[in-house]
Amino acid sequence: MAGPMRIRAAAADGITEVRVLMSHPMETGQRKDGSGNVIPAHYITELVAKHNDKEVLKVEMGPSVSTNPYLSFKFKGGASGDTIEVSWKDNKGESRTDSVQIR
Amino acid sequence: MNHQRRDALKAGGGLGIFGMLVAAGLVKPGSALARDQKVFDAKSIDEALAALGAGKPDVSDAITIVAPDIAENGAVVPVGVNASLDNVESISIMVEKNPYMVAANFHLSAGTVADVQTRIKMGQTSDVYAVVKADGKYYMAKKEIKVTLGGCGG
Repeated sequence: MAGPMRIRAAAADGITEVRVLMSHPMETGQRKDGSGNVIPAHYITELVAKHNDKEVLKVEMGPSVSTNPYLSFKFKGGASGDTIEVSWKDNKGESRTDSVQIR
Repeated sequence: MNHQRRDALKAGGGLGIFGMLVAAGLVKPGSALARDQKVFDAKSIDEALAALGAGKPDVSDAITIVAPDIAENGAVVPVGVNASLDNVESISIMVEKNPYMVAANFHLSAGTVADVQTRIKMGQTSDVYAVVKADGKYYMAKKEIKVTLGGCGG
């Protein structure tokens, strides 16, 4: 299964910047394995980021996003110690949620 | 109060009306902003714009696509979009020559800054489009990114 997301959130000058590195193959469904069989599509379809339980960002993704997706975004507000929670779902119904505190 | 209502209210209490409806099973979570697969299945930029409801967006120099002119590795091309427009609601990144043209749609909540970055795959040299919805209106910008080693596989 996918490994944990690496999330960094830091607040400065009234803005919190969040960087997320997810662990996911993001298979397009176009590649073939060594025997010539198509590797089935397997990619994150949706991600939701929350600050203290309030949604700040929702991203719909397709297989054009690179393997082990990287995401960076900023929102106004946020203070050291607040919680940032990131959840994703993929096209096979798998999902993952990780959270960190803002530095 | 009956047991189920109490549980539903407890579960939904922190989330307001929407949460209560979800707890009551009347509304599936996420259905209000369900992924529009038509957008991701689009086979041309015009089709993607139509599926988004964007019509023919005005080109805006308030949108900047931050990306290399030449991508060293088509599998991992860093692309950022920032828009100095007010009330940005969404940002879409599209790659014209990719088999899966729409890479990502960002839906920004109020207070989220219109400055996002991600990394995308590019199969070949292509125009990359940023389509931004601000105050209910659509704008776009594009930038050509040259790719020497394609990143879509095979």
